[in-house]
Amino acid sequence: MKTAEEIFNKLKEKFGSSIIELKTDKPLEPFILVNRLEVDKICLFLRDERDLLFDSLMNLSGVDDANGEKIKDETGLETINGGTLSVYYHLESTNLRHKLTLKTSTEREKPEVVTVTEIWKGANWHEREAYDMYGVVFLNHPDLRRILMPYDWEFGYPLRKDYKNPEFYQGMKVPY
Amino acid sequence: MALKTEEMVLNMGPQHPSTHGVLRLELQLDGEIIIDVVPHIGYLHRCFEKHCEAMTYPQVIPYTDRMDYLASMYNEFGYAVAMERLLKIEVPERVEYIRVIMGELQRIASHLVALGTYGADIGAFTPFLFCFRDRERILHLFEITCGARLLYNYIWIGGLSHDLHPDFIRLTKEFIKDFRPNLKELNDLLSFNQIFIERTANVGVLPLETAINYGVSGPNLRGSGFKWDLRKDDPYSVYNKFDYDIPIGTGEKGKVGDCWDRYFVRVKEMEESLKIVEQAIDTIPDGDVTSAIPKRIKPPEGQIYTRVENPRGELGYFIISDGSLNPARVKVRAPSFVTMQVFSELCKGWMVADVVAILGSVDIVLGEIDR
Amino acid sequence: MGLLDQEFTEGNIVIAKTEDLFNWARLSSLWQVGFGLACCAIEMMATSASHYDFDRFGVIPRPSPRQSDVIIISGTVTFKMAIRIKRLYEQMPDPKYVISMGSCSNCGGPYWEHGYHVLKGVDRVIPVDVYVPGCPPRPEALLEGLLKLQEKIRHESIVKKSA
Repeated sequence: MKTAEEIFNKLKEKFGSSIIELKTDKPLEPFILVNRLEVDKICLFLRDERDLLFDSLMNLSGVDDANGEKIKDETGLETINGGTLSVYYHLESTNLRHKLTLKTSTEREKPEVVTVTEIWKGANWHEREAYDMYGVVFLNHPDLRRILMPYDWEFGYPLRKDYKNPEFYQGMKVPY
Repeated sequence: MALKTEEMVLNMGPQHPSTHGVLRLELQLDGEIIIDVVPHIGYLHRCFEKHCEAMTYPQVIPYTDRMDYLASMYNEFGYAVAMERLLKIEVPERVEYIRVIMGELQRIASHLVALGTYGADIGAFTPFLFCFRDRERILHLFEITCGARLLYNYIWIGGLSHDLHPDFIRLTKEFIKDFRPNLKELNDLLSFNQIFIERTANVGVLPLETAINYGVSGPNLRGSGFKWDLRKDDPYSVYNKFDYDIPIGTGEKGKVGDCWDRYFVRVKEMEESLKIVEQAIDTIPDGDVTSAIPKRIKPPEGQIYTRVENPRGELGYFIISDGSLNPARVKVRAPSFVTMQVFSELCKGWMVADVVAILGSVDIVLGEIDR
Repeated sequence: MGLLDQEFTEGNIVIAKTEDLFNWARLSSLWQVGFGLACCAIEMMATSASHYDFDRFGVIPRPSPRQSDVIIISGTVTFKMAIRIKRLYEQMPDPKYVISMGSCSNCGGPYWEHGYHVLKGVDRVIPVDVYVPGCPPRPEALLEGLLKLQEKIRHESIVKKSA
C-alpha cells in the first residue's frame, strides 16, 4: 500500500518534467497533475512497475472547468473563450490495494490528449464518451466516434457549459 | 473445388425480445459462426449528467433512481455515501442498518429479474413467472415503507425519508421463511436442468486477465474465479458487522468463467443476501432516521470518487463541487457500460443462438449504460 | 360483453350488428408488440406476470410488429429511438392502436427541461390513442388504460375511418 506522496516521488524521479505537481490543498482526494502528451508512458510505468501494479482503470471522465472568460453575445447566449477542459483518471491495484487519481488539462479551443487504450482496454469506450460529450480528441485512439449521441449530431458537444440546443433535429422539435 | 462464401451482416435491432432493452447489435457472420459483434448504444441517453448540473444536491436523487431502474435503492445508496463522505457527516446507526436491509432486498429483487428473464430468453418460460411472484413480495415490502414500487426516492443525504412501517419486520421475517424453499425450487427447475446446462456451460468464457484489464466487476468478475467484492474489500456503511460469504465461480459444469458460472454466482448471492437481511433484522438499533439530514447542502470545494457494490458490479460516483448549491460535475461509472465493451470478445467464435445466452448471463441494464 | 353470457336455448343462432361483432373480436384479443424501453417496461413485464395478469384480457406479447395490434410505448423516447419507432409503427398492419405508458412518453417526463436528447412526448412522431400517467404507472393503472382502449374500440365504426 503506498500513499499519494510516495507514488508522486517515485514518478517524479523517473519522469521529471512530465509530472507537474501533487495537489493536496483541496479537501479530500489528492491528485497528481500530469502532462497531457505523456500520459501513456506514465500509465504504462504505473501498470507494470513491481510495487505499484495499477492493473485496473476504475474511471475516466472529462470535465469542463469553465475557467475561461464568459462572453455574452447579442442574443443573450453565453459562450466561454479560453480556459481548459480536463480529464481525470482513477486507477486502482487489485493486488496491492491502493488507489490513485491523475488529472490532465488541455485547452478548450483544440483539446488533445494521448489515449491509454493500449494499456487498459477498458478505456476505449470511456474516451469515446469524453469525446462525444466534450470534444476532447484522443490521439492514436483506434475508433474515435460518437457513442451516446446520434452519429450525425452536428450541433456541438452537449456537456460543455455553453452548449445550446438546436431547434429541430430531423423534423422533430427539440425544446419542450 | 472450394465453395465461395461471403460474410453477412445481421442486425439485432433496438426492438428485440431478447436484448433486455434498447440495444442494437451488429453481427458479422460467416454462416452461423460469429466473426465480430459491434454494439451500438445511446438509444436511451437521457442526459442525466446535464440535469445534475442544474439541480441542487438533494434534487438529484430521483434522477439517480432512474439510471439502473432494477436496483434503484442501490443507486441512491451510492450517491448518499458519496455525498456523506464529501460533507463529512455521520449518520445514525439505525439509518445504516435500514439502508443495508433495503439494499440487500433490492439485490435479491434485481437478481430475480435477471434470472427470470435469462430463463425466458433461453426458452424456459415458467421460471420467469416464479421469479416475478417472489419479486412482488419484496416490492410490497418497499411499498409499505415509502409508497413506491419501483423508483423510490427513499435514501436521502444524511438519512431516510420515512421510518420503517410497524409491520415491516414481521412481513420480512415471513418472506425470508417462504423464500428459502422457493430458491431450492428454482434450482431444481432451471439451474440443474440438463437443457439449460447444455446451452450455457462452456459458452462465452471470460478469462480473468481480460476481465481485470477491461475493468469488469461484480458477479461477472466473480464468475471467473476472482474473490473481489467491494462490501469486503473497500467497505462502506455497516457491512463489516455481518457474517456472509462471497461466492465465486468454480467451473462446476464446464470451464471457469462460462455463462453457467456467472448465472450460478447470482443464485448463490441471493442466499448470502438473505443471511445479511436476517442478521440485520434481528439487531436493528433504535433511533431517529431524519435527525442528521442537513437543511442546506453546500459542500466545500473539492472532488471525490466513491464506489459501491451494485447488483451488477462496481457503481462509481465522481462528484466535483465548486462550493455552490449545485454540483459542478457528477459522473457515474456504470458497471454495465464496462461489461458491454467486453461483450464482443466473449462472442467471437460462437453461434447466433449463443449471443442470446451470453447477453443474458452478463445482465446489463440499458438505463445504466446510456444514463 | 354479453354475447356469450346468454344461454342459447332456441338453436345456436345469434343476431348482432356487424360492427359490434368486429369490435368485440378486436378488443378481446389485442396482441401487443414486445417493446419496452426503460423503467416502465419493468412494470409492463410485472403486469404480464402472474400477479396482475395481462393474459386474461387476451393480451399476448408478440415479437414482431407485423403480427400485432397494439404497441405500448413504455419508457423514455430519445431522438435516436424515435426514428425507429416511426418505422415500427408503419410496419404494423391496420387496425393499430398506441398506448403511451408513463410520464416520459406522454410529455417528456422528468427530463423535459434540460433533456437535449429526449423527445418531449411520443405524440410528436406517432398518433396516440390512450395516455397512462404515472412514473412508473402501477400495473393497475396500465390495466385501466387497456380497459379505456377497449371502450374506445367498442364504439368504433367500420364504415367511418378514424384518424
